Amino acid sequence: MQTLVTILVFAPIIAAAIAGLFGRRIGDVASQSVTTGALILSCALSWYTFSQWTWGHMEAFTVNLLPFIHIGDFQSNWAIRIDALSATMLIVVTTVSALVHIYSWGYMAEDDSKPRFFAYLSLFTFAMLSLVTAADFMQLFFGWEGVGLASYLLIGFWFKKPSASAAAIKAFVVNRVGDFGFALGIMTTYWAFGTIQFAELFPQIASHAGKTWEFAGHVWPLMDIACFLLFIGAMGKSAQFFLHTWLPDAMEGPTPVSALIHAATMVTAGVYMLCLLSPMFEYAPVAKNIVTVIGAVTALFAATVGLTQNDIKRVIAYSTCSQLGYMFFAAGVGAYQAAMFHLFTHAFFKALLFLGAGSVIHGMHHEQDMRRYGALAKLLPVTFIAMTIGTIAITGLGFPPLHLGFAGFYSKDTIIEAAFAAGGHNSIAMFAWVIGVLVAGLTSFYSWRLAFFTFNGTARWGHDDHNAHDAHGHDAHAHDAHDAHGHDDHAHGDDHGHGHDHKPHESPWVMLLPLVVLSIGAVAAGFVFTGYFVGHHQEEFWRGAIFTAPTNHVLHEAHEVATWVKWSPLIASLIGLLIAVYVYLIKGNERLGLKLAERKGPLYVFFYNKWFFDELYDATFVRFAKFLGDLFWKGGDQKIIDGLGPDGVSAVSYEVGKRTGKLQTGYVYHYAFVMLLGVAGLLTFALYAFR
Amino acid sequence: MSGLLSLTTFAPIVGVAVILAARALHGAGEKTDTLAKWIALVTTLVTFGLSIILTVQFDPKNPGFQFVEDFAWFAGIHYRMGVDGISVLFVLLTAFLLPICIVASWKSVEKRVVEYLIAFLVLETLVIGVFAALDLVLFYLFFEFGLVPMFLIIGIWGGKRRVYAAYKFFLYTLLGSVLMLAAILAMISISGTSSIPDLMHYKFAPWLQTWLWLAFFASFAVKMPMWPVHTWLPDAHVEAPTAGSVILAGILLKMGGYGFMRFSLPMFPHASEMFQPLVFAMSAIAIVYTSLVAFRQTDIKKLIAYSSVAHMGFVTMGIFSGNAAGEQGAIFQMLSHGVISGALFLCVGVVYDRMHTREIAFYGGLTNRMPHYAFVFLLFTMGNVGLPGTSGFVGEILTMTGVYKASTWTALVAASGVILSAMYALTLYRRVMYGEITNPELKAIKDLDAREILLFVPLIIMTLVLGIYPNLVFNLTASSVDALVGAWRAALGG
Repeated sequence: MQTLVTILVFAPIIAAAIAGLFGRRIGDVASQSVTTGALILSCALSWYTFSQWTWGHMEAFTVNLLPFIHIGDFQSNWAIRIDALSATMLIVVTTVSALVHIYSWGYMAEDDSKPRFFAYLSLFTFAMLSLVTAADFMQLFFGWEGVGLASYLLIGFWFKKPSASAAAIKAFVVNRVGDFGFALGIMTTYWAFGTIQFAELFPQIASHAGKTWEFAGHVWPLMDIACFLLFIGAMGKSAQFFLHTWLPDAMEGPTPVSALIHAATMVTAGVYMLCLLSPMFEYAPVAKNIVTVIGAVTALFAATVGLTQNDIKRVIAYSTCSQLGYMFFAAGVGAYQAAMFHLFTHAFFKALLFLGAGSVIHGMHHEQDMRRYGALAKLLPVTFIAMTIGTIAITGLGFPPLHLGFAGFYSKDTIIEAAFAAGGHNSIAMFAWVIGVLVAGLTSFYSWRLAFFTFNGTARWGHDDHNAHDAHGHDAHAHDAHDAHGHDDHAHGDDHGHGHDHKPHESPWVMLLPLVVLSIGAVAAGFVFTGYFVGHHQEEFWRGAIFTAPTNHVLHEAHEVATWVKWSPLIASLIGLLIAVYVYLIKGNERLGLKLAERKGPLYVFFYNKWFFDELYDATFVRFAKFLGDLFWKGGDQKIIDGLGPDGVSAVSYEVGKRTGKLQTGYVYHYAFVMLLGVAGLLTFALYAFR
Repeated sequence: MSGLLSLTTFAPIVGVAVILAARALHGAGEKTDTLAKWIALVTTLVTFGLSIILTVQFDPKNPGFQFVEDFAWFAGIHYRMGVDGISVLFVLLTAFLLPICIVASWKSVEKRVVEYLIAFLVLETLVIGVFAALDLVLFYLFFEFGLVPMFLIIGIWGGKRRVYAAYKFFLYTLLGSVLMLAAILAMISISGTSSIPDLMHYKFAPWLQTWLWLAFFASFAVKMPMWPVHTWLPDAHVEAPTAGSVILAGILLKMGGYGFMRFSLPMFPHASEMFQPLVFAMSAIAIVYTSLVAFRQTDIKKLIAYSSVAHMGFVTMGIFSGNAAGEQGAIFQMLSHGVISGALFLCVGVVYDRMHTREIAFYGGLTNRMPHYAFVFLLFTMGNVGLPGTSGFVGEILTMTGVYKASTWTALVAASGVILSAMYALTLYRRVMYGEITNPELKAIKDLDAREILLFVPLIIMTLVLGIYPNLVFNLTASSVDALVGAWRAALGG
């Protein structure tokens, strides 16, 4: 078993090295094969590990590979930790990654640097695997920033596009803001407990629970400050409110990347971290409340923005952000199991939606603006069915009395019920419940809007395919004129005279196969696994990987809530569906949505511009950094320090030098010689004088 | 093997003699220049080999000085050499970087080649001497004379404003070292010995420690350089030839940090404790201030130079944190910075050799034509921002962890440097490497050639090996660092 998991983790990095370093020599097909093959191997081994855990009664274990940093108590090792949490993450990561590798054969077929793309994908997978199998904070941080690097590289994959490289930097820097808190949280933990190993740390926590800690001039409850700082890291990686601005921009990356990194795996690392550190968070009531508030606000914020966006990928990106908010407030109210369950099911249906969107984009010749879609159901039948399944799954349709539905029904409803149950003792949890139900309705509206806008109604493409025509070259990506924003002004700018018509087409089978597999997941993942993750078998399944305090019965209470509570998210969801049907599906209403947008009401403008966060940050942080940089450089260094110090002196000697003779190269020797004599003379004199 | 340390130290001087002999035989000319390059390369490689033997034979369990050589010299001064776990590392770093400097200069230096090579070889001897000297006066001689070759390298083979830069460099460092000389003389006359190991156990009166500490601080703070005496560094870097920058950033800056560890902490423990807040404040300011300045630079080399100052801020705060994590982090950060910033200056050298400008705005889109270079530059950029897996991370996280124990405020401010470094380093990378090539002069720019790849390979290996298995270093330094920290605590306690 130890050998198998070692192979599982390292196969992707070896493949990445081969494809990355020798890609040009061995060719595209070889590079694609070696990376995809490695991922399929990892995926198979992951499912084997997971099945051994779930049904084979394998015990948790840790493989120690190599010491990393050993200084006194600061003991970190390169290790592979296998338990319920990591086993779950292994299958999520490797399954989606393997499917995305396969999908990319088709999606990236026209790209001219495929080995680099596949190498980055595999590199990402390795970093993510090292993150989820970490046995101490240092390796966790390694994986954490490693996935950040891969994300940076993949967002900026089409580096010729200025918007892509800008988005890549934004992602990295905003994540660094999170890591700033994360690093301080690790240091706090280390000095408070004298260890950074999870296995040594967790048993100590109960005895330290009431302690206080001095940080930055204040005395705080130890567990609250430590968990809060660590949570800042999670906020960055999982694009939570305040640190969310990078995620929508990350859509500049190729769509398979968005599916793998910015939907199914990397952005869920924050949720994973909270669950992994549940032994800490359970003793940090204030930090947990902060998690709940931030999660709930994120869920609401992202959903409202998602209502108004026209770029298909951006809608799904905001949807991801919103769903991550659900997972966070689930963890915040103490239902870590529900958070992990939603992470698990979300990975399937969100990857499905993204890859489906990719299939549409591919079929539409790299058009991403939904206002130029419409009536694609018949032309892209497989994609249509897959996307519809994904939409049903995310909107959580199901039938509560029979407890039967698609994946999202199980996980999202458990979260909402848990929030209600926790709301009995905690008004903040009740706040989260209200938002949870409301957002269920919003989610339903924007998800169905996306589906109807894309697949139904009248075709809005055909007569206006000027840009699509241009982009349909072999270098389509590289010269991509299709900046996500670029189209917003175009919607009505019909370009006549192009009778030449590129019909949207269904994608090749390598792209459809992953859609089919993920559709199965989106239908069945909830039904099959609900018992293990959050149901009657949950304690046997988790076997201590998630810690819940003795007073925390939220998961149990969630199953006992009143019937109207169980129905409420479904009703909200149906209302959302009905509105979407009315606005986008009923004949004659077709332009209703567009008309609403054109009116530009204040709320619409506010939502459409993402609550003006980018503008706000740009006007404050970015400008301020530039201002300070200039001030310190030109004011501090040049005027004050140099002006008072060396320039005064050296300007004089420089002038003297100029007058006595030109400072040619040869003269420098003389100065050096004088210097030598000076040093020697001074030393000799001093030595004899002081003796 | 007795004498191995001296052999390592003076091996480059043998190379100088051989080069001079070759010139005497063949006369000046291109042939001699080429021959001299080969002699210099072989010499530095032999020195590197010797330093490896030194490291392998070094007993990491012994916290004291090893390979000690001790001969009476003149006026009671001894020729006393030896290394402990800390200094042996810097000897190794120096010997590692010198062959790279020689290869880096292979084509870019055209005038006075022989003198140029001699300057580098002499510099190597002097710098190794600084790290190996166990006598105050001997240390001072190496330390001061080290100025001279560097002054020449900037002043003769430098860029347009080389004379200004050389002067600035010279004035700053001289100012500091005059004060240090006075302190050294005072120490010798009071304690009656110039032996560093003896002085490490000599207890100076606390009031005296204060003055001695300040005098040494003046010299080392300039060398580091610490804010606000850092402004000589960007100018020196910009004007220095590529190999000069590598040595300057890679080794000469480390003499300051080494000095703090060898003198300030063990010899003046009370003063070190008293001035701890001052050092922390200066370090924290350095990290934020110079990172922001770096963000606004328009010259690639200047940007990297400013980022060096920020990284040295981590070192100084780590040294004065007074715990093992901080000290180990500081040592590691110096080592790592020597490799990474050296490599970054070589990266600048690559495009400078081709285009003869360092203006960021001149470049853009280089990835299109230079994929190998893009990879190398990216790797070291990531090292510079402290990405885990590269050596840059280990030093930063450990110095921050160390300083957190002593002052959470300092750790908080320093941690924000982690955000800022990502900002300036990635922005630089984007502006130079990403986008389309718009400047017509760049349309025919060539990717790395074999010599340049050869240059980068050892640096890449070092960055990754140290990033993944830093314990290699900690095993070597652990007992010396424990002794240092233990002695400091004991002195403060007693």
